[in-house]
Amino acid sequence: MTSVPAPGGLAGAPVDPAALLAQGAGVLSAIGHTPLVDISLLLDPATTAPGVRLLAKLESANPSGSVKDRVALSMITRARESGALQPGQMILEPTSGNTGISLAMIGRVLGHPVRAVMPANVTPERIGLLQLFGAEVVFSPAELGSNGSVRMAQELAAADPSLFMPLQYENPANPDAHYHGTAPELIEQAGAPIDAFVSGLGTGGTLMGVGRRLREQFPDVKIVAAEPRPGDSIMGLRSLEEGYVPPVLDASKLDRRILVGNAASVAGTRELTRAGIFAGVSAGAALNVAKRIAKQAAPGATIVMLVADSGWKYLSAGIWDDRDEAQLETDMEAGHWW
Amino acid sequence: MATFRIPPVLRPLTDEQVEVEAAGDTLAAAFESLFASYPDLRSRVIGDDGELRRFVNVYVDDEDVRTLDGLATALEPKASIIVLPAMAGGSR
Repeated sequence: MTSVPAPGGLAGAPVDPAALLAQGAGVLSAIGHTPLVDISLLLDPATTAPGVRLLAKLESANPSGSVKDRVALSMITRARESGALQPGQMILEPTSGNTGISLAMIGRVLGHPVRAVMPANVTPERIGLLQLFGAEVVFSPAELGSNGSVRMAQELAAADPSLFMPLQYENPANPDAHYHGTAPELIEQAGAPIDAFVSGLGTGGTLMGVGRRLREQFPDVKIVAAEPRPGDSIMGLRSLEEGYVPPVLDASKLDRRILVGNAASVAGTRELTRAGIFAGVSAGAALNVAKRIAKQAAPGATIVMLVADSGWKYLSAGIWDDRDEAQLETDMEAGHWW
Repeated sequence: MATFRIPPVLRPLTDEQVEVEAAGDTLAAAFESLFASYPDLRSRVIGDDGELRRFVNVYVDDEDVRTLDGLATALEPKASIIVLPAMAGGSR
């Protein structure tokens, strides 16, 4: 375990976290209100009905670089308001990286030390980002994937009541961040009824929160999940009974749920650069699925996909190099990508 | 024939076979054909209610059958069927 001294507040003046939260002061006011851009140039006109639009919500524009800033702020704000999180209290969270980085960034500003539990096979950039915001990093066994991180964090939290665990997989403040934030922005920015929304499946928070709000506005909208197809090396669960369905995720609210392999996700990530978008691997998977949806879409349909993060955290994995798809599938087998 | 991709946790029940071919026009029929060869699989995949167990996800040609027609999902002649344990979040 890497241990870093607990962060203080902002340099110079004493910080009143409650006032910061109330005012949305400082960098926290820059969370959300991300751009929605047209990337229809990535659709193949030969196989797409006329007027079909593909729009990308650039959550990479959030201060710490991912959609999880919204989730972390929502969970911390609600916990501070309810008193579940006390001033200066340490936050513990299982994460594949982005949520930990967001919690660490916000915790740094508001004076909460953060301890992140991550699978040991994440890219080194994530560890670096967590540490630069002063977070401690605890590694769970790589072969157990996210399930292993959740289990380890639950054990650590049970053993130490001084820790506060937001637990994004179970916390309603996660989907609510998207119900109250991401989705209203989409409705305002899309300029037309939204026919389909595509996002990578992690906790399910984005798909559930955005989906719930969009359905209120557009009852026929299709909510579509792009799900990572796991390789054998990270399916080291001892039994199916040890599987974990995040309580946040109600799979019956998904209209479609489509597996995307690593090579296809990377191909999508590379293709996004043709639209000038430098994105993480889950956005490539979302593009792969969004293009399938576009082929089946009616003329004039509007499809929205979510770019959960930018590509910086994946540079060391070399996914923009010249390896072909077969080689990538092999090389990425043991990694943890979103 | 459809092809089942067996996850590591279930391979002890399929003589360590990674891929198993099975006949059937629907997912239910293909499962029956699979269970005929590997009977111990049934209780691990199908619950007492006759439905897929909660922590088992099944995908036909990469689509979750729970968003299709469940066990009644029709299979194309060379359908690929993936059985996966439910995972939290991005597991890759």
